This record gives sequence, structure tokens and C-alpha cells, in this order.
Amino acid sequence: MPEHQLNPNKWIDLYSDYLFNYTITRVSDRDMAQDLVQDTFLAGLKSMKNFKGEASERTWLISILKRKIIDHYRKINSNKGKAEVRITYNDDESEGDWLEERVADPFDKTAEDLMQNSELGDAIFDCLSKLPEKQAEVFRMKTIEGYETEDICKELNINASNLWVIIHRARTAMASCLEKNWF
Amino acid sequence: MSKKMKIMVPCDEAHHVCDKSQYKESSIWERMKLYMHLIFCKACRKYSKNNKKLSTTIHKAKVECLDKKCKEAMRLEFEKALKDQLK
Repeated sequence: MPEHQLNPNKWIDLYSDYLFNYTITRVSDRDMAQDLVQDTFLAGLKSMKNFKGEASERTWLISILKRKIIDHYRKINSNKGKAEVRITYNDDESEGDWLEERVADPFDKTAEDLMQNSELGDAIFDCLSKLPEKQAEVFRMKTIEGYETEDICKELNINASNLWVIIHRARTAMASCLEKNWF
Repeated sequence: MSKKMKIMVPCDEAHHVCDKSQYKESSIWERMKLYMHLIFCKACRKYSKNNKKLSTTIHKAKVECLDKKCKEAMRLEFEKALKDQLK
């Protein structure tokens, strides 16, 4: 008896946001990311019989997604033909090969920041998926998608004070979860 | 009116205002009452601090998620594939 089982009916509800965020921090193109997530779900469906039940459903889907992302980069790379390698730099703006200019700019930490951000995004969705469904939905709509209170109330058919109670619970849970995993 | 003019508020209301402030939906009078409360309530100070931290963290992470329409489209296609699979 395997420890984990697949339940594809719930995949989209449970994992699409997590997978999408995972993808978008790595391919940075919304449409492309969406296609990759879609492909992942379909591929997962096709190879369901290969699932051994050792990992959790999400881990398994992520491992498929990783292959998809790698394939995506391979494809665009082969389109390019060959990679451009430049060792010396001598563009018009810089005066020459000054040693000072080659030192990494301490204020330019974007690569590291981005990496940390993508991990943080994963952590956030990880925590979000641990919340009860309703709380997660309201919190996501309010905080991440930035809907107005009224719109959420209308869509989910709840009143405003109800919404704030849900938000309050979700925020408390999120804070303690992130406290454990991130801060 | 008398209820509105109260300066001292209980903790649950302070929490509520604090939550609302995270989405910039609290009025200035509500915020004033919150700050008055925070002066003497240590638990709420802690809550308020954590709440702010959560907001800035999520803002900083720039998380994105699929909007409803995309998700619906995805679901449709997926369900079609699922049916084909079961045939």
C-alpha cells in the first residue's frame, strides 16, 4: 500500500497557484508559465501509473514541472543556434578595461535578491496550502490578487465582518507558519 | 455616536483595525484608537508587529497567481483530458 495517492480532480485547486508561482520566478513570462503548468498537469495525468507513492503529490508534480522548465530552456537555446560568449568587455560607455569596473557592484544584488524572492514565494504558497480552503481563498484574493473587499464579499457571498474574521484567522496562521519556515 | 467616540477599545477591535490597516482600509480615527490601544497592550503590539511583517514580506516576494479566467480554462482542458484518460 503506497503512502501517498493521486487525486487528479483536486490538482488544479490545490496546486495550480503553487506551481504557477514556482514557474514564474524561473521563466518570467506569464503565458509561458501558464502553458508549462498546464503541460505539467497533463503529463502528470498521463504518467499516473508511474507514481510510486513515495513522495507527496505536490513533490511529484514539482519534479515533472522542473523537467518541463529545463526542456523549455533547452528549446529556446537550440532556437538561438549558438550561445554568445564574450570574455572581454569593451563597450562604448566604459573607457576601457579598468579593474575597478570589473569588481561586482555591492549595491547590485539583484540576482541574489531574486533567488531569495523565489524561495520566499515558494514558502508563502507552501504556507497558504496549509490553510483551510476558504481562508486560503479569501487571503489569496485579498492579499495577493488585491481585490476590493466588496468584490470578494459579492463573489463568495459573505458579509464584510465575516470576511475580516476569515482574514484575521488566515493572517495569524500565515504569520506563524512563515515564522517557522522563513523568518 | 457615544460608541464611536470611545477612545479605549478592546483587543478584538484593535486586531480588526490592524488587519484593515494592512489593506489601507482603516479610517484615521480608527487608527488613532488602535495606537492608543497599542500604548498599553503588549499582546496587540506584538500582533501588530507580526501583521506588518507579514504584509511587507508578501509585498516583497511579489508573488503572483493565476487569475480566475486562466484557471477556469485550465480546468476545462484538464477535465477533458481526464475524461479521455478514463475511457
